[in-house]
Amino acid sequence: MIEMQDIWKTYPNGTHALKGVSVKIDRNEFVYLVGPSGAGKSTFMKLIYREEVPTKGQISVNGFNIGKLKPRKIPYVRRNIGVIFQDFRLLPKLTAYENVAFALEVIEAPKKVIKKRTLEVLELVGLKNKANRDPSQLSGGEQQRVAIARAIVNNPSVIIADEPTGNLDPETSWGIMQLLDEINFRGTTIVMATHNRDIVNTMRKRVIAIEHGNIVRDQLRGDYGYEF
Amino acid sequence: MNFNTLLRHIREGAKNVFRNGWMSVASITSIVVSLFILGVFLLLVLNVNSFADDADSQVQISTYLGSNVDKAMREKVQAEIGAMEEVSKVTLIPKAEGLKDFKEKLGEEGKDLLEGYDETTNPIPDTLKVEVVEPTTVPYVASKIKALNEKYPDQPIYKVNYGQGTTEKLFKITRAVRNIGFAFVAGLGLMAMFLISNTIRVTILARRREIGIMKLVGATNMFIRWPFFVEGALIGFVGSAVTVGALFFGYSQLVESVKADITLAFHLIPVSEIGFQLAVLIVGLGLLIGIWGSTMSIRKFLKV
Repeated sequence: MIEMQDIWKTYPNGTHALKGVSVKIDRNEFVYLVGPSGAGKSTFMKLIYREEVPTKGQISVNGFNIGKLKPRKIPYVRRNIGVIFQDFRLLPKLTAYENVAFALEVIEAPKKVIKKRTLEVLELVGLKNKANRDPSQLSGGEQQRVAIARAIVNNPSVIIADEPTGNLDPETSWGIMQLLDEINFRGTTIVMATHNRDIVNTMRKRVIAIEHGNIVRDQLRGDYGYEF
Repeated sequence: MNFNTLLRHIREGAKNVFRNGWMSVASITSIVVSLFILGVFLLLVLNVNSFADDADSQVQISTYLGSNVDKAMREKVQAEIGAMEEVSKVTLIPKAEGLKDFKEKLGEEGKDLLEGYDETTNPIPDTLKVEVVEPTTVPYVASKIKALNEKYPDQPIYKVNYGQGTTEKLFKITRAVRNIGFAFVAGLGLMAMFLISNTIRVTILARRREIGIMKLVGATNMFIRWPFFVEGALIGFVGSAVTVGALFFGYSQLVESVKADITLAFHLIPVSEIGFQLAVLIVGLGLLIGIWGSTMSIRKFLKV
């Protein structure tokens, strides 16, 4: 599903973000990415959705050699990867419904399909009754649910989540985690970077710890491991 | 791209015009201002051109015949000049009429000067006024007329006069006015493009995030570009339509007031004669500028 072989990433300013990372994530896995800020977690994920290209090494997602992908093909690979961020990244001038429908308009789905599928996922994330609100009229947790709905509306095989609960209070965070767990249960691989020890220690999954650009720990049903 | 997607792009582009509110107003205003100045200059150039053409067509060749020329000879020469392909019209001004014209031209002050000259002592020769099809051929035709003297032994042509020098000067001025006018219009066009691309660049800067999100959910570059393309075209169209309206209104007012003032020696080209071409040109330019501006400014945001 996702496979990295000796991945190096050096940014133009000389920062060595990743130094020879090799990892294999199978279909339907749920992986926590932990480690201090600046350890390379974000780079790790950016490589998966082809925001960045590795300086060295091979990375394949869904069988595509992502590093060698022609720019023209990038959009088509991204349609199979849902991305969720700490700051939600919704289009502020579109309603919740339009934000979700947007991901389907992009792939030129028929109108009927767009409507049916959008309402379906909004119901799944529990926001069907707030479909016509603007993001500014929604709480943080609700906005993140819209973002999740947008990420899954295309039925992607992978979801990349960069600190999805980073801006939310603990209670709301649990709601989001339950949602992600359910999505994972339905067959979507999830890679999630987090600093939330409670979540990692309670909802036990595979834990990959990155420090100074290297994987220092890779543990099934692992714990957060950092004491601070 | 299917039909629904095309409709979506048009809808989105139109929505964007409204969503961007004041930025759109600013873009449209800058298009209106530049195109309006451009339109004023175009009208000026067109009118100077038509005025110069009028002046050109007034250039005549005065062919003075010798006093020894009789009626048969005169008609022969007149026919021969009339047969030249560059010549459009030959009119005979008999010596009596010539004297009358001359007297009129001199007016009161010159009355004494021509005192004593009458039909029999008239010093003015018979004159053939020659008009040509293409004003630039005047010097050539004049020399051709002069050459008639070689054909006839009694040298019927006394003198050929076409305001040597004056004609050439007039052509020079006309050409200069045209060139300066066109250079000005071209410069203003470029300035308008720059203004619009800058304005749209600002709106795109504001939408950098939006474009980033579009790319993240798998939008192709073409998909992202289309609404901006539509938006640019719409802004260009609205701007140029307003410009055409303003130009038409102002210009027709001007034409009317010039027409009413009979002391003015020139007339303006009526709206009906140039209106269509002007409208097509300005709307076309507006669309071009709008589309060009939006395409250029979005380009660098599509990389990565």
